[in-house]
Order: sequence, then C-alpha cells, then structure tokens
Amino acid sequence: MAKELKLMKGNEAIAEAAIRSGCDGYFGYPITPQSEVMEHLMIEKPWETTGMVVLQAESETSSINMVYGGAGAGKKVMTSSSSPGISLMQEGLTYLAGAELPALVVNVVRGGPGLGTIQPSQADYFQAVKGGGHGDYQMYVLAPASVQEMYDFVFLGWEIAFKYRNPVMILSDGAIGQVMEKLYVGPHIPRWTEEELRKNAPWASCGKPADRDHNIITSLDLDSAKQELHNHKLQAKYREMEEKEVLFETINCEDAEYIFVAYGSSARIAQKAIQLGREKGIKVGLLRLITLFPFPKKQVAEFSKKVKGMLAVEMSAGQMVEDVRLAAEFRCPVEHFGRYGGIIHTPHEVLEALEEKIIKG
Amino acid sequence: MTEEIIIAGFGGQGVLSMGKILAYSGAMQDKEVSWMPSYGPEMRGGTANVSVIISDERISSPIISQFDTAIILNQQSLDKFEKTVKPGGVLLYDPNGVFNPPTRKDINIYKVAATEKASELGMAKVFNMIVLGAFLEVKPVVTEEFIEKGLLKSLPERHHKMIPENLKAVQTGKTIVETVFEL
Repeated sequence: MAKELKLMKGNEAIAEAAIRSGCDGYFGYPITPQSEVMEHLMIEKPWETTGMVVLQAESETSSINMVYGGAGAGKKVMTSSSSPGISLMQEGLTYLAGAELPALVVNVVRGGPGLGTIQPSQADYFQAVKGGGHGDYQMYVLAPASVQEMYDFVFLGWEIAFKYRNPVMILSDGAIGQVMEKLYVGPHIPRWTEEELRKNAPWASCGKPADRDHNIITSLDLDSAKQELHNHKLQAKYREMEEKEVLFETINCEDAEYIFVAYGSSARIAQKAIQLGREKGIKVGLLRLITLFPFPKKQVAEFSKKVKGMLAVEMSAGQMVEDVRLAAEFRCPVEHFGRYGGIIHTPHEVLEALEEKIIKG
Repeated sequence: MTEEIIIAGFGGQGVLSMGKILAYSGAMQDKEVSWMPSYGPEMRGGTANVSVIISDERISSPIISQFDTAIILNQQSLDKFEKTVKPGGVLLYDPNGVFNPPTRKDINIYKVAATEKASELGMAKVFNMIVLGAFLEVKPVVTEEFIEKGLLKSLPERHHKMIPENLKAVQTGKTIVETVFEL
C-alpha cells in the first residue's frame, strides 16, 4: 500500500499515529512543549471518524487514572505530557505496571527540575528507566530521534504494551516534538471490535460472560507470599524484554576508534558531530539507543572491548552515562558530555568534548 | 547539496511561515527537509527564528549552530546571527530598522528592502514572500514551480486564493535584491 507523504511536527506525528493505529482513547492535559499532540487530535476530530475518544482532563493525575480505567477494560489508551506533568503521573504508572496494564505514555521532555524551562532536555532518563514511581517495576522505554519515529513508535508501543501487558513510554524531547520533518504515514488500522478485544485481551475487565471467572484488575495483594510471586512474574517479564526487545542502531561504527552513545535529539546532533570529526580524520561512530529500557548492554560491552573510548552525549548532567559505564565495566574510558537546563549542545561542542575528554584524556 | 538556513526576525513578520513554505517546497521537490523553530516565550512579541535545512541527503541533525545562509529581519537577529554564518556563506537582510549593518568580510552580503517595498505596494501580508524571493534569487535551492506546490500544501485551503499574490511577491523579491558585498 502506497504511503502518503506529510510534513509534520513530532508532536503532531504522535497524534496522527494514535488515530491511524486504532487508538481508543487519549486523555491529557496541555503543557509546552507537547501541546500540539492534543491540538492535532482536536483539529482532526477522530471521534467523528474512528470513534476514538479525546478528552482534556482537569489534570495529569486525572489523565493517567483515566488511562488506567481504559486499559483495565482492554482498550488501547494513551496520554502525553512533558516533564512536570509526567512527575504527577508517577503513581498511575506504577499502578499500571503493578496491575499489568498496557498503555502508552509520551513524555516530551523539557528542562527541570521543578517547573524548569520549556526548552528541550533529556534529564528524565532516570525517572523513565529507573522507576520514577515506587516498587520494582520497569516500563518499556522507546527514544525516537525523528518525526518518523515519533509516528512509528506509537504502533510499536501498542504491540509491546499488549504483548507484555506493560506500560510503554515514548521518551522524546522538546526538539523532536517541535521539529517538522518529512513523514510517511500508512493506512488506518481500525480500532478493535468488541470480539477482537475479548480475543486479544482476554484478561480485560469488560463484562463477564457466564463461562469464565471474574477478571480482576488490581495491583494490591496483602498476602506477601502471593505478592512476591507476582513480583517474580513481573521480573521474568522484564528479563524477557531484555532478552528479546532491545533496539539500537549503529552508525559509522565499522572502523570507529571512538563511540558516541546517545539517544533522541542528542543522537541527531552526534551524527553531525561525526561528520565534522571525520572531516578532521577522527574515526568516530554512534551507538544510538532506541530502547532505553531494555538497555543494549551487550552492544556497549562489545564496543568497550574494541574502541579507545566512549562519550555519552545527553542533555542532562549525566544519567544514561551510568548505564553505559555499568555495561562497559571499565574496559575503556567512558565520559559524559551534555548541556542541560534547556540548552541544546551544538555538534561542534560535542566534537570538542570528545577531543578534550577522550582523545586527549 | 545541503543548505542550512536560519531565518530570524520579530514575531509576526512571518518568519516561521516563510520557513515552512521553504521546507514544504523542498519536500515537494523530493529533497530532505527539516524545520526547527524557536518556541515559547520568545515567540510572543519578541524575536522569532527558525532553522531550515534542505538537502539531497538524509539530514543528520535538525539542530545546528552554523549556517550557510542567514536571513535577517531585525537588528537583534543580526547581532545574534551574523557570527553564525559559515565563512563563504550568505547573509541576506532587510535594512529596515537596521542601524548597525553587517561588517564581516568573509561572507557574501545582500540586502532586500522588503518592508519598504511591501508597504509601497500595499503587500504587507506577503512581506515574507518578498524576502523569500530575494533569497531564491541569491540561492535557488528550490525552483519556482515547487514554491507554488509548497504554498498549496502548506497554506490552508481558505487561503489558496492568496497564492497568486504570494508568487507575485516572490518575483518582486527577486528583482529588488541588492548586492552589498561579494567575495
């Protein structure tokens, strides 16, 4: 089927993908730099075409709990926000994980802490991959680096969310949310019918037929022995994700002596830094993380045996770099570079950091 | 070919939409494109800028800090972006309100009196297209045919009746651009 070409902002691509991927409901509350997600949905009015619900809730706390309700009924439901709003959703996220509910949550990250700034940042890495909410849980975390990936990862997100009955986060940033690039969109996938929903989500609490027991959606079990078993089950799921669902991309790595490790907009900036570096004869490549959890530990370990050093490039004071160091196990130097608080590093600064911190090191 | 452009001026001058039309036109011509706006408080009454990249290859980073061309529409933007033009690159500016003109001797400098011309012809609404025309005269990164296609694609249908006036403005820009300094 022919694909249609559009020119869209990353945020609009998320909304377009929601409609085209058969999403049943979007619940959100506006916040810069991701307000175009709901704006685009309100312009497109999918409730008139696919029947998708779009609702502006009174707060982020409310949005995430509407998501919990929809997900419990087996619906494809999602929300989006930016950093301060995502902080408000943390309780809902751990409940979704505990109750094993599929859902899609988009974080278009801005600078923090607190209300911070509305400019792009990648300082929510820890929050996304190390918990954020309480308890031993993981979200599957995807890091788009283009408008096309903002679109594609909505489809992939549903797949993973329902396969593992687990919340999926798309961790983007203000730059990828606001940039406009070419986007190829595919045909509409219809929303699930009631029959399809009962077949695809047999655990859902959507009306009990006579021939089965009640489906109960909860994260509560006061019997600690049972709660431990439940935790074992969750952990087995996370280990399976680590085994089967790691995604990454390597760029110019074949002959590389140095490696940038980056995701999202920093990965784009690093690609430009590679061009500048190679013009100067520096053999540098990029390991671009696509999933942040599961983290591509094996790939980092392999590179750490071959290269002279790695530079973790992220718009934070140094978060992802910790996971790179853990996987590299001191086999090569691993340093961090990044501007933060809403400042975006330039390709020249990234290359300079590589020369200063690793090559001269 | 890769052309990295910054367009900067006041909010309300049509900086972002000029960038959008340029990006759409590039996309229609089967180029790779990106459009990265400044967003947030600086758009509300203050300065606005957008970086546009048009390329025959996959675009590595939409976020850049040095440009092949700077299109400058006020003094503040000139102060901020004159130094970001790559040596040998192009600086195009509207002299209206610019009291400290550009001074670099390692770049090509052009000016387009678009504000003046737009008010003279009563074309204030398509001021930005006069500037775009001037740019395309200096650097024909997209052809005219595709500017029309870009306008069709980027303007909402209710504004399609404005397309002929927009194209006329592009022509006007092409004829009034002046060379200030050439390498």
